[in-house]
Amino acid sequence: MIAQLDPINLPHVEWSLLAPELILIGGALALLMAGTFRRDRTMATASCIFTVAAALAALVASWGIWQDVGGGRGGARLAVSDAVVIDGFAIFFTVVMCIAVALGALLAHGYLRQEKLEAPTFYVLMMLSASGGVLMAKANDLILIFLGLEILSIALYVLAGYHQRRDESREAAIKYFVLGSFSSAFFLYGVALTYGATGSTNLGFIAEFLGTQTVTGGVLLGGFAFLLVGLGFKVAAVPFHMWTPDVYQGAPTPVTGFMAAAAKAAGFAALLRIFFSAFGTEQLDWKPIVWALAVLSMVVGSVLAVVQSDVKRMLAYSSISHAGYVLIGLQAANDRGIAGSLFYLLAYTFLIVGSFATVAIVSRKGDRRTGLEAYRGLARDRPGLAFAFTVFLLAQAGVPFTSGFLAKFYVISAAVEARSYAIAVIAMLASVVAAFFYLRLIVVMYMGEDQVMAGVGPETSTAGDGAEAGGGGVLTAVATRVHVPAAAALAIGLCLAFTIGAGLLPQPVIDFARHATLLRL
Amino acid sequence: MSVPGAWYLGLAAMLFTIGGVGLLVRRNVLIMFMCIELMLNAVNLTFVTFARMLNDIGGQVVVFFVLVVAAAEVVVGLAIIVSIFRRRTEATADDISLLKG
Repeated sequence: MIAQLDPINLPHVEWSLLAPELILIGGALALLMAGTFRRDRTMATASCIFTVAAALAALVASWGIWQDVGGGRGGARLAVSDAVVIDGFAIFFTVVMCIAVALGALLAHGYLRQEKLEAPTFYVLMMLSASGGVLMAKANDLILIFLGLEILSIALYVLAGYHQRRDESREAAIKYFVLGSFSSAFFLYGVALTYGATGSTNLGFIAEFLGTQTVTGGVLLGGFAFLLVGLGFKVAAVPFHMWTPDVYQGAPTPVTGFMAAAAKAAGFAALLRIFFSAFGTEQLDWKPIVWALAVLSMVVGSVLAVVQSDVKRMLAYSSISHAGYVLIGLQAANDRGIAGSLFYLLAYTFLIVGSFATVAIVSRKGDRRTGLEAYRGLARDRPGLAFAFTVFLLAQAGVPFTSGFLAKFYVISAAVEARSYAIAVIAMLASVVAAFFYLRLIVVMYMGEDQVMAGVGPETSTAGDGAEAGGGGVLTAVATRVHVPAAAALAIGLCLAFTIGAGLLPQPVIDFARHATLLRL
Repeated sequence: MSVPGAWYLGLAAMLFTIGGVGLLVRRNVLIMFMCIELMLNAVNLTFVTFARMLNDIGGQVVVFFVLVVAAAEVVVGLAIIVSIFRRRTEATADDISLLKG
């Protein structure tokens, strides 16, 4: 029997097209080895610089591939026997992931030193996680998307519990792990049902199959539903958002920033690719569900954020509402909508990392002071930091001359173009509600009584903050100014530059997003 | 007499449901963990059944990937469970309730 089988044809692997993720994985492994040989204080700074360098190298590699794909020489194409697709869309998300790694690493440096946590492993997990996200963006096969999703998620489970001495961090890890695995199982069941209905897990094959044949029956619809549930968990869309506030609040703040940017971008990369490209012919089936998810995410995210007193939790709910806005682009299901979603995700990456960078600095040693009260008088204490945070919050609220305004503008105008007027109106109303809690935080920073400078009374004002009721020892260090680590300041500066820069001169970024959408396979 | 493919699919759907419901109602973290494994293996059964029905080897290959991923999840999951319950006597999810609101 064995003699009759054909010899196995090994697929041709185009290594150069996989350079960004190879750089990230290789960098992670090299850093892991280096970390076992040297364990001193210089290693912490060296690993941070190394991680940023690896992310930049991956960025340069993606730029090379972008030239190759966009310059007419190669064009968008399939690689590694059709399992991987190299197109503008994939490169766009590779860029987003690399930016998230670089900013996350800068943000982590000061935090790891302050909390006395081991440095190299943190960066290793961050790079591995990002490589999974890149794989999800490039995958042309549902199984590859699943593998990328797991690489991304498993590293994030560990990162969420990285601050082992804190009960909150460990609790965030177990919650994220249980619900993340639950959603992965749903995603996988969706893959299985889609496979059963179409006969393949390859997205190109599925698109072709659905384009030529009419598939009726529940199996394919079940596949849609389960895939949507699985990815809905990852991007934190309502009603699959329950884990988000707890995990965002409990995880170490730099991890929260990285997770919010990277996991959401990767989840949307898979969501947009699967539904817009592979299931594009079945729009009538999935558009109403995506509509409902988008509306629920925007409304529930904004309304629940209003009642939060913990800033990390508030930002978690606001990230849920952002997921709703990105879904509007998918719901519009036209090129303008997808380009809008891409622009939104890029702008959001800078906004959310910048916001959580500020939260990480303000929460000080122990990572506990995340209540609204901790921000009172920040503008007088640290004017630069308060200004940056104000810009990030205003941009998230959608104030003009920031990247956040244009992001919202593009997705909403795409919805109008697709004649989904209702969702456009709901989106605008939800952003009005959202503006309330962003402005409240700004008011607290600028108008709050200046208790910090007076040096009296900050203890009593923070005591009502449930999370730190047990930590009496933490409160003694409050009266000093917050310490801003240089690396985190650089990260905030970069985020600020992009937020304002893309708000004033949006054309290059928009062209990038639009080309990425059009260069899709 | 061979068992029709639909029965396997039904069994897999049932196992998946048991796993999903178990995860939601059980409070012991280790049992929740086992429920996740049950869900993944229900998916494996679905893949193998479809592979047989479609006469396509792809679905059977997928099972290997899923097994590897499940093993990796077990490693990380058990490590997290150990770290969280090192200082507790019982592995009950109700005790893990610092974060809420």
